[in-house]
Amino acid sequence: MHALSVQHLSKIYVNGTQALKDVSFAIEAGDFCALLGANGAGKTTLIGIVTDLLKKTSGEVKVFDHNIDFKFSKAKQLIGVVPQEFNFNIFEKVQDILVTQAGYFGIDHRKARMDSEVILKRLGLWSKKDSASRTLSGGMKRRLMIARALIHHPKLLILDEPTAGVDVELRHGMWDYLKELNQQGMTILLTTHYLEEVEQLCRNVAILKNGELVTYDRVYHLMQRLEKEIYLVTVDRIQDVGSIQKFGPMIKEENTFEVELSKSDVHDFILKVTEIGMTITDFRSQGHRLEKLYLKILKT
Amino acid sequence: MSTFIAYQTIVRREVNRFMRIWLQTLLPPVITQTLYFVIFGKFIGSQLGQIGGISYMSFIVPGLVMMAVINSSYSNVVSSFFSSKFQRNVEEILVSPTPSWVIMAGYVTGGVVRGVIVGALVFSVSVFFTHPHIFNIFLIGIFILFTATVFSLGGLANGILARNFDDVSIVPTFVLTPLTYLGGVFYSIMSLPVFWQKVSLFNPILYMVNGFRYGFYGVSDVSVIASVFILISFTAILALMNFYLLKNGIGLKN
Ligand SMILES: Nc1ncnc2c1ncn2[C@@H]1O[C@H](COP(=O)(O)OP(=O)(O)OP(=O)(O)O)[C@@H](O)[C@H]1O
Ligand SMILES: [Mg+2]
Repeated sequence: MHALSVQHLSKIYVNGTQALKDVSFAIEAGDFCALLGANGAGKTTLIGIVTDLLKKTSGEVKVFDHNIDFKFSKAKQLIGVVPQEFNFNIFEKVQDILVTQAGYFGIDHRKARMDSEVILKRLGLWSKKDSASRTLSGGMKRRLMIARALIHHPKLLILDEPTAGVDVELRHGMWDYLKELNQQGMTILLTTHYLEEVEQLCRNVAILKNGELVTYDRVYHLMQRLEKEIYLVTVDRIQDVGSIQKFGPMIKEENTFEVELSKSDVHDFILKVTEIGMTITDFRSQGHRLEKLYLKILKT
Repeated sequence: MSTFIAYQTIVRREVNRFMRIWLQTLLPPVITQTLYFVIFGKFIGSQLGQIGGISYMSFIVPGLVMMAVINSSYSNVVSSFFSSKFQRNVEEILVSPTPSWVIMAGYVTGGVVRGVIVGALVFSVSVFFTHPHIFNIFLIGIFILFTATVFSLGGLANGILARNFDDVSIVPTFVLTPLTYLGGVFYSIMSLPVFWQKVSLFNPILYMVNGFRYGFYGVSDVSVIASVFILISFTAILALMNFYLLKNGIGLKN
């Protein structure tokens, strides 16, 4: 079954901006899918339509087979959403925000208080339960939005840049939590600008470009497309590079050059360099691999 | 999905909101209306005769209570709804399965509760100035509840459609206040020239004030049946309008 199915979705804002152009894709239940795209590509617009915060111009959206136009109550019950921008009442207290949100989903007060305790503890916000949300730090607010999205135990969790502005340690903590939720069966759609996150967490990736879906594939397949990788090599002293000419070295600075190698070439390359009599003092991959591919996809 | 819990949640949040800031929500109308009792009722009223067999002080009590109810319920809903739209936390409800009519019912109940509390407070103060008289408690209840409902619904529509804080204050300033002052709070329209009497009959607030006053003293400038009819019609029309706005996300969804 598909947790989310989007067919021929288009969106034109009242000012004439076409934010989505005939986007179609479907996410399997239990999947962990990334939604990528440059600023303004249409990610938030897509999420807004699925969560009923925006009206679509045309197309069809189904959540676990419930069409959002006709079975909106059933569809919404299944979705939890973490919006890109903070949108809670800044005067409301942390736990009250969760309990109120649960109430809108028909969960009674007592159960909501109990469930919110579990979630707030898991996200490290329990000590802040009685603080007004405006007194939280940026990273805490992000976690509060995740907590709020989980209070009614959704089956499809949609996160719009949940890790923006979250420190490294917390980000890893969040990843662990999201992995855990996914393993328990929750389908997750994640928007992010950090490709490391995609590599770490996601099985599939959808890439939007100017409102069009340009790629929808396994992360693993994409990584395979990255046959060659660019390395920066620093040596003690650059000598006659004739015998490594076939690797196409490009001198970058004194003692440093760039080469493009496939995995199987690395060994051969290092041997050759040593044969010439150069000593490698540094050898590193030039930037993130997926990031490179991503940029390539966006360029073409 | 328990719709009733969703309704309860909205009502609880609405009531907590105005209770928490009671200095801004409950106290001001009590002070203003007390000043009216003192200045119009005591100082000026003592120099006026009776209206329809009632002292001027007693005559203005129902109208002043009604005025407080109207303003309180309207401003409660318009400001609460607009600020949740402005802060975007209205999205918390919009992403939930809560049906439009429940959102409407919840906000309106919040406005009615505040209107009734403020009305009761103002009426309690009036007891210090004049001996209360009750002709028909049932009618009093109907009029206060329906009036609070009508203006809560009006406030909700205003909040849904408002795009900025100016839009929030336009209706109270340019529509509600004049209609209330000209709605027979301070005078009987019988004392107006015939032409202005006829013009006054187009003012719905006149019917609410008079129907409410009838509940206290059994006298009214207009037919009480007509008043009840007008209240019910306005409630129905505004409820349908709000339902339509919410259902279609007008003013809420881009
Ligand atoms: N309310 C709006 N009215 C008009 N145009 C809008 C509105 N919201 C977004 N847009 C436009 O729609 C396009 C897509 O915006 P969207 O917010 O979906 O992008 P995004 O992929 O989420 O970007 P980011 O990574 O910056 O969050 C942009 O061109 C944007 O300017
Ligand atoms: Mg966005």
